[in-house]
Amino acid sequence: MKHKEISLIAENDTIIALAGNPNTGKSTLFNMLTGLRQHTGNWPGKTVFQAKGSFIYKGKKYVLVDLPGTYSLLASSVEEKIARDFICFGRPDATVVVLDATCLERNLNLALQVMEISERIIVCINLIDEARRKHLDVDTGKLSETLGMPVVATAARNGEGLAELLKVISEVVAGNCRPKPKTVRYSPEIEKAVAKLKPKIKNLLGDQVNPRWIALRLLEGDTSIEPYIKKIMKNKVRKAKLREVLA
Amino acid sequence: MNTESLWKDLLKEVDITLPVKQDKIRDNIVKSVYQTAEKIAAETVTLTTEKGIDRERKIDDVLTSRLWGFPIMFGLLLIVFWITIAGANYPSAFLAEKLFWIESRLTEIFIELNAPTWVHGFLVQGVYRVMSWVISVMLPPMAIFFPLFTLLEDAGYLPRVAFNLDRFFKKAGAHGKQALTMSMGFGCNAAGVIACRIIESPRERLIAVLTNVFVPCNGRFPTLIGLSAVFIGGSAALFVKSALATVAVACLVVFGVAVTLIVSRFLSSTLAKGVPSSFTLELPPFRKPQIGQVIVRSMLDRTLFVLTRAVIVAAPAGGIIWIMANISVGGTSALSFCAAWLDPFARHLGLDGFILMAFILGLPANEIVFPILIMGYLQGTALMELESLEALRHLLVDQHGWTWLTALCTMLFSLCHWPCGTTLLTIRREQHSWFWMFMAAVIPTAAGVVLCAIVTYFVRSLGLV
Amino acid sequence: MKEMSLKNMPEGSAGLVKRITTQGMVRRRLMDLGLVPGSRVEVVRRSPLGDPVAYKIRGAIIALREEETDRVIVKPFI
Ligand SMILES: Nc1nc2c(ncn2[C@@H]2O[C@H](COP(=O)(O)OP(=O)(O)OP(=O)(O)O)[C@@H](O)[C@H]2O)c(=O)[nH]1
Ligand SMILES: [Mg+2]
Repeated sequence: MKHKEISLIAENDTIIALAGNPNTGKSTLFNMLTGLRQHTGNWPGKTVFQAKGSFIYKGKKYVLVDLPGTYSLLASSVEEKIARDFICFGRPDATVVVLDATCLERNLNLALQVMEISERIIVCINLIDEARRKHLDVDTGKLSETLGMPVVATAARNGEGLAELLKVISEVVAGNCRPKPKTVRYSPEIEKAVAKLKPKIKNLLGDQVNPRWIALRLLEGDTSIEPYIKKIMKNKVRKAKLREVLA
Repeated sequence: MNTESLWKDLLKEVDITLPVKQDKIRDNIVKSVYQTAEKIAAETVTLTTEKGIDRERKIDDVLTSRLWGFPIMFGLLLIVFWITIAGANYPSAFLAEKLFWIESRLTEIFIELNAPTWVHGFLVQGVYRVMSWVISVMLPPMAIFFPLFTLLEDAGYLPRVAFNLDRFFKKAGAHGKQALTMSMGFGCNAAGVIACRIIESPRERLIAVLTNVFVPCNGRFPTLIGLSAVFIGGSAALFVKSALATVAVACLVVFGVAVTLIVSRFLSSTLAKGVPSSFTLELPPFRKPQIGQVIVRSMLDRTLFVLTRAVIVAAPAGGIIWIMANISVGGTSALSFCAAWLDPFARHLGLDGFILMAFILGLPANEIVFPILIMGYLQGTALMELESLEALRHLLVDQHGWTWLTALCTMLFSLCHWPCGTTLLTIRREQHSWFWMFMAAVIPTAAGVVLCAIVTYFVRSLGLV
Repeated sequence: MKEMSLKNMPEGSAGLVKRITTQGMVRRRLMDLGLVPGSRVEVVRRSPLGDPVAYKIRGAIIALREEETDRVIVKPFI
C-alpha cells in the first residue's frame, strides 16, 4: 500500500489537492475524476486520511489528492492537520476548493483562508443540484469576479460541470489562467504588522511559503507551523553553507 | 546560526511588531474572514422562493424528537436486521448447496486422479470447505445488510443517531461522535478504529478506539444471526422465526452499545481520566441517495470484501485446521488435545473447549471462528452436508450438547472478546502504542469472561438449563 | 432584551452572538464553526434527552453541548 502511494507521485507529476468543508462532496468528485472508489457518506468526517489517485486529461497526467474536510485551517484535529499541512507545505500545483452551494457563506470562510496561502486555486461550487432544489441561485460570474478566482458550478454525483472543471484546472496548471485572489483585509493595525513582517519572513524563508500567511499565523500565535518553518530554515542554512564551501 | 535561535528571533520580532494579546488578534482575524464571507455570500446567493425549506426541518423534528427519537432508531435497526435475516435465508441455502455440490465433484476428481488421501483432505476438506462455509454464511447477510446501511448513511441519518445518543456518551465521559465510529465498526472494526480520528480529543478518541470491538463487525455478525436462527423460535414458521431472530440480534447490538457505554465510563475514570472535551457536530441536510446505484455498488463492494477475506484468511486457516485435526498427539488429534485442555476453563464460561479454541484460532479474522468450530466438531466423522439450519442444530445440540445457554454465551463472547488481528494492528498504528493495543485486547476479553461467567453461574444455579 | 448565555435560550428563539467567554481550543472551535461576535444564531431543537441542542449557525445546523453554549453570550431578538 505504502509503496504504491509513493510510486504514484513522481517528481514531475502535476498534483491537484481537493480541499473544502466536511461533507461537500470532495470524495465524490475524487471518485468521478479518478474512477477510484473512496468511501463517501452524508456525514461530516467520512474521509480521515488523504487518498491519492490519478487521471489523464488531454494527454497530461494529474495526481489528485482527496483531503479530509475541515472547517478552517487551524489544525486542531488530526484530519485538519493533514489537510492544512498538505495545502500549506505539500505545495500542490493547484488546489480545488470544494464548496457546498447550499451553504456558501460558511464554506467561503474556508475558501478565503485557502486563498491566503496559495494563488493557484479553483473554486468548485458543488451540490448545485441541491441548491436548485432549494431554490437557491448562485451567481458564479459575480462570485468569480469578487474572489478573483475561477469558479465552476458542479453536481459531482451526476457528473454535471466536471468537463468545465477539468478545463479550468488544466488552464490554471498551465498558467493560462492566473487567479488573482482578492484576500481578506484585516484591521489596519494587523495589516500594518503584516506589512512589516513580510519582508523579514521572505528574507528568512525564501519563496517556498507565502509570507503574508506565515505572518498572520505568527501574529495569532499558531505554533503548529513551527516544525515546518524550522525545516525550511534548516534547508536554507544548509544551502547557504554549501554555497560558502563552494565559494 | 541554528534554526532554534532563528525561530526564537522571529517570534520576538513578531511580539515587538504588534504587542497585542494573540487571542485578540486571532478573534479579529476569524471575525474579518467570516464577515467577508458573509458579505460575498449575500451578494451572490439569492433565494428564489421560501417554499420547501420547512420540510427538512419537519423530518428532523420527528427523527430527533423526545418521543420518537429512540423508538425510530430501534425500529430502523429492527427493519434493517429483519430484511437481512429474512432475505439471507434463501441465498445462503442456495450457495451452500452449490458449493457443496462442487465439493463432491472435486472429491470425485481427486479419486479419479488417484490423489493421496491427505492431499484431498487438506485441499478439499480443509481449504475448500472452510472457504465455502465462509462464503455461504457470510456473503448473503452482508450483501443485504450493507446496502441498507449505506442508504441510511447517504440519506444523512447517522449524525442524527450521534445527536440522539450524545447525552449517554457524555455521561460516560466519552464523545458523541463515538456513535459514528461505532456505526463504521459494523463494517469492520479496523475501519471503525480509523474513523475514530474524527474525535479531536485524544482521551475520548482512545476510549472510542478501545471500545469499538463491542460493535459486531462484518465477520461476527453472521455468526450472531446464524446462532439466533438456530436457537430461537424453535420449530415456528420461518416468518416468525426470522422475526424472533431479528429481535434477538437487535437486542444483542443494543446490549453491545450498553457495554460500550459502561466500559467507556470505566475507562474515563481509570485509564483515560480527564475532563470531557468539547462536542461539536454538524447535522448535514438530508439528501436523497441514488438508491439503485448505492444498492448495486455496496453489494458488489461487500461481495468483493467477503470473497477476498475468504480467500486470504479462510482458505489458509482451513488448511491449518485440517492439519491440526489430522496430526495426533498422544492418541488424539492436536485439535481435540487443545480443546480438551481448554475445556475445564471454557465450561465456567458456558462454552466448551472447542468453542474457546475456535475463538483463539480465529484471531486472524472473526469470519473463521464458526467454520473452525464446525471443523473441530466434524473431525473424523464422515462427510456431512451442513447446508441447512436443521443439520447445524443437529450437530450442535444433539451431538455436542449445546443448550440455549451455550448459544447465549457464545454470542456474548463473540460480542466481547479481543478484536481480530487486523484491528489490533490498526490500533497499534493509530495510537502509536503497543500498550494500548494490548489493552484493546485485554479489556473486552475481561468483560466477556466476567459476563459469561456470571451468566453461566446464575443460569446454572437457578437450574434453568 | 438582556444578554444571556446561549444555553438558556428557549427552543425556536434567535439572537446575535456578543462574545465567547472561554479561551483556548474550545473557543477556536466555536469560532471556526461561525460563532463569532455578530453572528446570528437560532435554537433549532433539543435532542431527545435535552442535551445537546442543535443550532442554526451561518446556514448549517450544528449540535453543541451545554458546557459550550454556556460560554456563548447572546443578545436575543426582541
Ligand atoms: N445531490 C448531490 N449529492 C452529492 C453531490 N456530491 C456529493 N453528494 C453526496 O454528498 C455526500 C457527501 O459526499 P462526500 O464525497 O463523502 O463528501 P466529502 O467532502 O468527501 O466529505 P468528508 O470526507 O466528510 O469531508 C454523499 O452522500 C454524496 O453522495 C452532488 O453533486 N449532488
Ligand atoms: Mg471525503
